[in-house]
Amino acid sequence: MIRDQSLAARLWRFAVWAVVALFVVNLIGVIAAVLVNSFGTRWLGTWLPAAWTTRWYFSAWREFQLTPVLIVTFEIVFTVVVISGLVGVTSAYALARRDFPGKRLVVLAFLLPLLVPPLTYGIPLATLLYRIGLGGTFWGVVAANLVPAVPFVVLVMIPFIEQIDPRVEQAARVFGASTTSLFARILLPLLLPGMLAALLLVLVRTLAMFELTFLTAGPTSQTLVVALYYAVFASGVRAPQSIDAMAVVYMVTTLFWLVIALQFVNPTQIVARAKQRTADA
Amino acid sequence: MAAAAQGVMRRPPLRKRLAARGLDGTTLLVLPGIALMLALFVYPFAYGFVDSITPREGPWFANYHTFFTDPFQYRTIAATLWLALPVTIINVVVAIPIAFRVRLMRRQRLLTTILVLPVTLGTVLVADGLLNFLGPQGWFNRTLMLAGILGAPLKLTNNYWGVFASLVITGFPFAFLLTLSYVTGIDPAVEQAAATLGARARQRFTRIFLPLLLPGLAVTFCLSFVQAFSVFPSAVLLGAPAGSTRVISIAAYQAAFEQYDHSLGAAIAIIMGLVQLVIVLAILGLRPLFYRGPVAGTKG
Amino acid sequence: MADEVASKEGGRLELVGVRRAFGAYNALNGIDLAVEPGEFIALLGPSGCGKSTALNCLAGLLDLTGGEIRLAGKRIDDLQPEARGFGMVFQSYALFPHLTVRKNVGFGLAMQGVTGAEANRRIEQALALVRLQGQEDKLPGQLSGGQQQRVAIARAVVIRPPLVLMDEPLSNLDAKLRLEMRAEIRGIHDQIGATTIYVTHDQDEALSLADRIVVMREGAIRQIGTPQDLYERPSHPDVAEFMGFRTRIPGKIVFLNGDRAVVEAGGTRLEAMPAGPLTAGDRVTVVIRPEDLVAEEGTDGIAATVDSIEYRGRAWFGLATGADGARLYFRADRPLARGHAISLKPVAERTLLFRDAA
Repeated sequence: MIRDQSLAARLWRFAVWAVVALFVVNLIGVIAAVLVNSFGTRWLGTWLPAAWTTRWYFSAWREFQLTPVLIVTFEIVFTVVVISGLVGVTSAYALARRDFPGKRLVVLAFLLPLLVPPLTYGIPLATLLYRIGLGGTFWGVVAANLVPAVPFVVLVMIPFIEQIDPRVEQAARVFGASTTSLFARILLPLLLPGMLAALLLVLVRTLAMFELTFLTAGPTSQTLVVALYYAVFASGVRAPQSIDAMAVVYMVTTLFWLVIALQFVNPTQIVARAKQRTADA
Repeated sequence: MAAAAQGVMRRPPLRKRLAARGLDGTTLLVLPGIALMLALFVYPFAYGFVDSITPREGPWFANYHTFFTDPFQYRTIAATLWLALPVTIINVVVAIPIAFRVRLMRRQRLLTTILVLPVTLGTVLVADGLLNFLGPQGWFNRTLMLAGILGAPLKLTNNYWGVFASLVITGFPFAFLLTLSYVTGIDPAVEQAAATLGARARQRFTRIFLPLLLPGLAVTFCLSFVQAFSVFPSAVLLGAPAGSTRVISIAAYQAAFEQYDHSLGAAIAIIMGLVQLVIVLAILGLRPLFYRGPVAGTKG
Repeated sequence: MADEVASKEGGRLELVGVRRAFGAYNALNGIDLAVEPGEFIALLGPSGCGKSTALNCLAGLLDLTGGEIRLAGKRIDDLQPEARGFGMVFQSYALFPHLTVRKNVGFGLAMQGVTGAEANRRIEQALALVRLQGQEDKLPGQLSGGQQQRVAIARAVVIRPPLVLMDEPLSNLDAKLRLEMRAEIRGIHDQIGATTIYVTHDQDEALSLADRIVVMREGAIRQIGTPQDLYERPSHPDVAEFMGFRTRIPGKIVFLNGDRAVVEAGGTRLEAMPAGPLTAGDRVTVVIRPEDLVAEEGTDGIAATVDSIEYRGRAWFGLATGADGARLYFRADRPLARGHAISLKPVAERTLLFRDAA
């Protein structure tokens, strides 16, 4: 709010905004390059493709068998969302409402999977899953994706539950509510906004989770992002436009849910909400 | 004493005693979550550790011995650090002044929404986009050539710089958004107070903001570093996975899933975790030197 | 001691046509004010009246969009806040949470290059002034709200500012502490003698603290005067309302009678004091304080029905509804039942008449 109008201050402000502009322009360029290429007939050595077409989408859909991939993706993602919602919210409720011996250790167990990068714990986890026969299966992928998803729900929900006054529940008890009706009529409506935000974020994160799915998925349990990785990896085999068409499909699916999620949360919270608590732990 | 005396008189039932220590029906709700974490996180880690010290042949430390005597393997640590450290330092250092500017913006939401895109879309998509964007015929090189800065296109993909760019594109927004959340947590009146007491912009930053921000910056640095250090898809797709960007995650993946030596793979994954731990502990070890406490103002 | 903490002679502070707009919204609509050295001025008004904007403009935390601010004849509105050397006490205290009490208080001195023994001596004096010795090495988070407030005051006055700015400094304290600190703030002002501008929405605070009060509404000054001026002779119905004239009824001047006027209002004829020139036939607003509108037996006052009444020591105060629906705040010397019909008579010399805008 304090406006310094000296030359040095103006230059500094200009430099800062220039860096921001440069970054945003490049970022939009990266995304736009994918988009433009997916709609171009031929794009070699010019600013824009020679002509426009939508045929790459049809060929990508066929070549990469996107229908089954999308079905599997959403089956996996929604299974992860439901399980992490159930397990995460109940755990968060206990942690928010009770102080018990060893609570710090429990919180740590929920924190670590969010701090340790997926690849570090993914390799032993995948080895183990293959050893017990879950590797490459639907449930193997779900299990691996639960590792970051459950703690994420827990850490988003703890502060949310803490800000609900426990006296509301006591009041309901006083007025004769049973445990079931307490849950259905009082707790659930109060928890719903927080759960919606947490679960939408889990949905977006699981859609975009590459490492864990990549390590545990088999041919029939690949999600869209892993299929995209294999396509880019073997990029000589298919037309690059076709690969980019698939990338656009991935982008649209992810952004659709991101836009919904952003109705409930601030963009800053996507990285900060769960992480910031680590500063206190 | 008092408790013992009470115990002699009449011990309350076990349920009451447990409830007094915070253990009752509600507490049990944490059990499914704990079971899941034990089964899917703690146990695999322990399993991986045991796996890494039971090599296919040789003594218990054979895997570690293999890793640290084979330059093709142990050089991956340096290669990864050589990527992760500069990128993290740049991302965090650049994020600070920008977060300070954006803090004053009235309409931050558009910018933060744009910046959250690469974090959400992930490295695979960014790598795919950068292959085109940074390619010899891509918009980046074409623009620089049009501006007369370059005579011939730079080679920016399938080498160090491609991976570097992808780590900046996904890592900078992450560091920025995290820093922004710390910066906006500081009461703006604290800066105004410093100004009225005669502190110029630079002094307000070094004497007030920086000390209040350091703990948050340390956390931001650690999280950014850990992410950059475990770079995988973009190192394969945008880098030279057999050469300069053969990072440690590639080594671990190849050992476990290409050579099917899960024991060696687990060992490399553990080495990877240890290197991250060393850097994180080094940074967090500095934290007792910082102020730790509320920064949102001192309202009673 | 008094010499040591005394402020530098500040000179006359002048605001000339000071304006501040936020986009299309005018927060300050041309403020003119002159403050003599050593004066204690309260800016009084409801939230959103522009009083805090005015203070922030004085501090340099907000730029002006028009007008000038001068101190001792020199223009200061183009100076950065750090170049003005004023002491400011914030509503949230805004103590530096990572610095000890000593370093908080010493911050302004360090910025001026005052260090070592000299700085320590002045910090000790400032802390003695706010009666906070022995807490030097605590962090702000370890202090109570009242103690934090004292640190904030010490931090502002230790640099011997020509002008001390206070932005609702007592609003975060509980009622008892607020009264205590109010007296102390006036005492500190008298010791250091710095010109003080004090922003508040609480008329009791303004009346008890200030040499002069500036009443603000909608970005403009409604009235400037001593507490007694404002209390007895408000010049605007808004100011009157702020000063406790709670009853407002419309009326029409019948004739003037010396310095008094006879007005037709509330279904009867009343005598009252014009607050400005009036002529017969003018439409006016009659304003009365509750203690000056007395319930009596008889029928020659304003006829009304009692809605509620409460005992406040010595007398009963109540709310009644007039025949035309007006809300009448009155005093009675005995309890009256709800629904009871009463006749209310205003005390003529303390009932004011404001001419309505045409």
